[in-house]
Amino acid sequence: MNSILFKLLVQRIGLALLSLLAVSVVVFAITSVLPGDAAQEQLGQEATPEVLATLRAQLGLNVPAHQRYLHWIAGLAHGDLGVSSTARLPVSELIASRLTNSLLLAAVTALFSVPIALTLGIAAAVWRGSWFDRWESAAAVTVVSVPEFLVATLAVLVFAVHLRWLPALSYLSDVESLGQMLRAFAMPVVTLTCVIVAQMMRMTRAAVIDQLEAPYIEMVRLKGASPMRTVLAHALPNAVGPIANAVALSLSYLLGGVIIVETIFNYPGVAKLMVEGVAQRDIPLVQACTMLFCAGYLILVTLADLCGIIANPRLRHV
Amino acid sequence: MSHQSKKLETLVGPDESQRIMNSLKGGATRRDILAMLTACGMQATMAGGLASLASTAHAQTPRKGGRITVASMASGVNDTLDPAKQSAHIDYCRGFMFYNGLTVLDGSLAPQPQLAEEFSTKDAQTWVFKLRKGVTFHDGKPLTPADVVFSIMRHKNPATASKAKVLADQIESVTATGPNEVTFRLTSPNADLPVILGTYHFHIVKDGTTDFGAGIGTGPYKVKEFKPGVRSIAVRNDNYWKPNRPYLDEIEMVGIADVSARVNGLLSGQLDLVVAVGPRSIDRVLASGTHSVFETKATSYTNLIMRRDSSPGNNPDFVMAMKHLFNREQLLNSIQLGRGEIGNDNPIAKANRFYFKGLPQRAYDLDKAKWHLQKANLGSAPIPVVASPAADNSVEIALVMQHAARQIGLNLDVKRMPSDGYWSTHWMKDPVGFGNINARPSADLALTLFFKSDAPWNESGWKNEKFDQLLLAARGETNLAKRTQMYADMQVMIHNEGGIGIPMFTSSLDGHSKKLKGLSQIPVGGMMGNSFAEHVWLDAA
Repeated sequence: MNSILFKLLVQRIGLALLSLLAVSVVVFAITSVLPGDAAQEQLGQEATPEVLATLRAQLGLNVPAHQRYLHWIAGLAHGDLGVSSTARLPVSELIASRLTNSLLLAAVTALFSVPIALTLGIAAAVWRGSWFDRWESAAAVTVVSVPEFLVATLAVLVFAVHLRWLPALSYLSDVESLGQMLRAFAMPVVTLTCVIVAQMMRMTRAAVIDQLEAPYIEMVRLKGASPMRTVLAHALPNAVGPIANAVALSLSYLLGGVIIVETIFNYPGVAKLMVEGVAQRDIPLVQACTMLFCAGYLILVTLADLCGIIANPRLRHV
Repeated sequence: MSHQSKKLETLVGPDESQRIMNSLKGGATRRDILAMLTACGMQATMAGGLASLASTAHAQTPRKGGRITVASMASGVNDTLDPAKQSAHIDYCRGFMFYNGLTVLDGSLAPQPQLAEEFSTKDAQTWVFKLRKGVTFHDGKPLTPADVVFSIMRHKNPATASKAKVLADQIESVTATGPNEVTFRLTSPNADLPVILGTYHFHIVKDGTTDFGAGIGTGPYKVKEFKPGVRSIAVRNDNYWKPNRPYLDEIEMVGIADVSARVNGLLSGQLDLVVAVGPRSIDRVLASGTHSVFETKATSYTNLIMRRDSSPGNNPDFVMAMKHLFNREQLLNSIQLGRGEIGNDNPIAKANRFYFKGLPQRAYDLDKAKWHLQKANLGSAPIPVVASPAADNSVEIALVMQHAARQIGLNLDVKRMPSDGYWSTHWMKDPVGFGNINARPSADLALTLFFKSDAPWNESGWKNEKFDQLLLAARGETNLAKRTQMYADMQVMIHNEGGIGIPMFTSSLDGHSKKLKGLSQIPVGGMMGNSFAEHVWLDAA
C-alpha cells in the first residue's frame, strides 16, 4: 500500500515538473508572438520611438527572447517569480493579494457545491429511473447549458438592481462581519455553483450506478444489508475514484476559469490579474499566473487519484 | 438649477451660458458676470437682469461631509500616482485628487491660477510664475520653487519615460528666480504654456520623489489607501490651501471595465458616480428616477485615417471621395443616439474659442463622391479599411461607409481587428484605418500633436510646410484677432487637404446619483475633465 502510494507520488511530481516546464515554454513562446510588447502597450497611443527605446531598455526587453526566458527560469529555480514589467513590483507580491481572494471564493463555492452535487448525484443513482432522477437530470442539463454570464447578469438585475437585496459588486475590502461576507459572496457563489454542480452531480450518479450494477452489490443485498448501508458502505467507496476526479476538474476551474464572474462582479481575483497581464504584455506576470493555475490543476488531480486509492478497499488491502 | 441655466441658454446661447455658469462656480462675482456680458455686446439693463438670474441659480450652497464611491473604466496593476506615467482615466482622476498644477483649466479651457498665484510673459517665450505662499504638501513640507523645477524638468529626461515628453521638449529650462518664483524659458514662443501646465501630466510633486505610491502632493485629498487594480481611498486634506474646499470627507475610486457592471453598481446604489455609461444605457439610468446623466460635449472624436504617403491616400481625389461618404447625421443619431456634435473633418470642436465658424459644412453627397472617385481612377480592386473596437465606434462607422461606398461602385473591405495591440500594430500603419483622439485643451495642442508635418502622431502623414509655419506663428502670436485668423486658415487647410475624416464628435456621458451636486463642464473629458473631486458635494436630502 505505502509503496504504491510512494511510487505514484514520485511519478506524479516528476510528471508535474515536466508539464510545468513545457507549459512555461509554450506560454513564453505564445506571448512573444503577440503583437506589441510591454513598452508599447504601456505607452499606447502616446508611444514615440525615443521614449519607447528608453522604456524597452529599462524593462530589459532589448535582450533576445531566449535569454530572457533562461533568466526567468533561473530565477524561478531560486523561488523568484520575477518583477512585473508594468507595476514594477515583485510578481509574488501582486499575486499574493489576489490569490487569497481567489482561494476564498473557490473555497466558499466548493463548500456549497460539493455537498450539494454529491447528495443529489447519489440520490439520483439510488432512485434511478424515477421521476426524481429524470427531473434532476433535466434540471442539471438546463443549468449547465445556460452560460454563466447570463446567470450572473440576470442575478444582478433581479437581486441587486430591482430588489436591492444584494450588492451588485463584490468588494472584499469592506467585509467586516460574517453577514457582510455572505452578502458579498452570495451572487458569485450561486453563479459558480450553477456552473460546476451539474457536472459533478452527473459524474457521481454515473459512478455510483456503475457500482450498484456490479455482482458484489447483489451479494450485499442478498446478505440483507439496508439500501442505505449498501450505497454508503459498499458502493460509494468503490466509486470515489471517478467522483474525486470529477470534483478535482471542477475545482481547478474555480482557480483560473472564473474570469467572467470576476469581471461582472468586479471581484479582484487572479484570473482578472492574468487577463490584465496579457493585455499589458506583462510576461513575468502571465508566466507566474499560468504556472500557478497549472500547478493547482496538477495538485488537485493528484489528490483525486490518492483519494481514489485510499478509499478503494481493494487497493487499500494490497 | 438646470431650469435656470435653460433660461440663460435661451437668452445668450448654450456656450455663453456654460461659460457664465462655470465662472460663477469658479467664484466670479456679479460684477464679473456683468463685465462678461457687456463685453459680448449686451445692453447693460438686460445684462443686469441676466447676472442676477445667474447668481440665484447658484444660491444653493455646497454641503460639507459625506463619502462617495466612484467608478472609472479599466484599471489594473499599472495604475500609478506618478503624474508622468499616468495613462488611464482612473489615473487622471486620482491625479486631480492628490496634486495641483501651476494652473487649472476652467469651463472655457482658459488657464486660471492654481499653485501659481499669477503668471506673466512679454514675448511668450520667457514666462514668470509667482508661486502661492503658504501651500504645503500632505507631509507638511512647504511648496518651493525647487519642487516646480523638479516636477517639470523630469519630463524631459528620457529615463522617466514620461507620456508628456513631446510637450515638455519645448521647455528649454525651468529655474528658480526668487523665493517664490520660477521662470520658464521655451525653445520657441508659446502663448499657450499656461494651458499645457494645467493638464494632469504637469501636476506638481515634491522635489526628489522617486516612489509615487504615497501620492504626496498639495491636492484637496490625501491618500489613505492605494491598491493598483483594486481601489484607492482619498480622505479630505484639512490643510488644503483653498478655503472651504474640498467638500467630501472621503472618495473611494475603483476601476470597472464592464459598462453594464458600472451601470448596475450605480443603479443598485453602491456607486455614486460612474464614467462612460454609453448612449444605450441612458434610458435605464434616467428611468430609475434617482439617477441622472451628465453630458460633456465633444470630448473625443473617432477619425478615418487615409495615409497621404501611400496608396490610395496619396491621391487627393480618393481622400475627397471618402470625406463625402460620411452620412454624418445618420452616424451621430444611430451610433451615438444624438449625444455629440456633427464633425466637419476639422479637429477643432465648436466649444473651442478658435473654432472657425465660416467653414462650410461638408455634406453626405454621393454624386460628388462618385465624381472624385472617377477622377482618382483607382480601378476596381477592393480597398481595405481597418477598424477596431479599440477606436470607439469605428467598426460601426466603417460598415455604414461600406454601404454608402457600394452605391457608387467602390468596394471597401472592412477589416475588423481586435482591440488588443491595435495601437501598436495598426494605428497610423495601415493605409486606411481608424484612430480615436481625446479632446486637447488648446487648439495649438490639437494641431501640433496630430497635424504638424514632423509630429510623431501625425496620423495621416500629411505634410504641409505652410501649415507648419502658420502653426508656429500662431503659437507665439499674442494678438488675439491675428491668432484667430491663423487658426481659421489652418482649419481650412485640414478640412480640404488633410488625410483625416472626422464624421462626428462624441460626448462623454457620466452617470451619477441625483444627490451628487456640483458637476459642471470642463470640455477636455468627462467628470469635469477628470477634476470632479474638489468640486462635487453630497446633498443631505
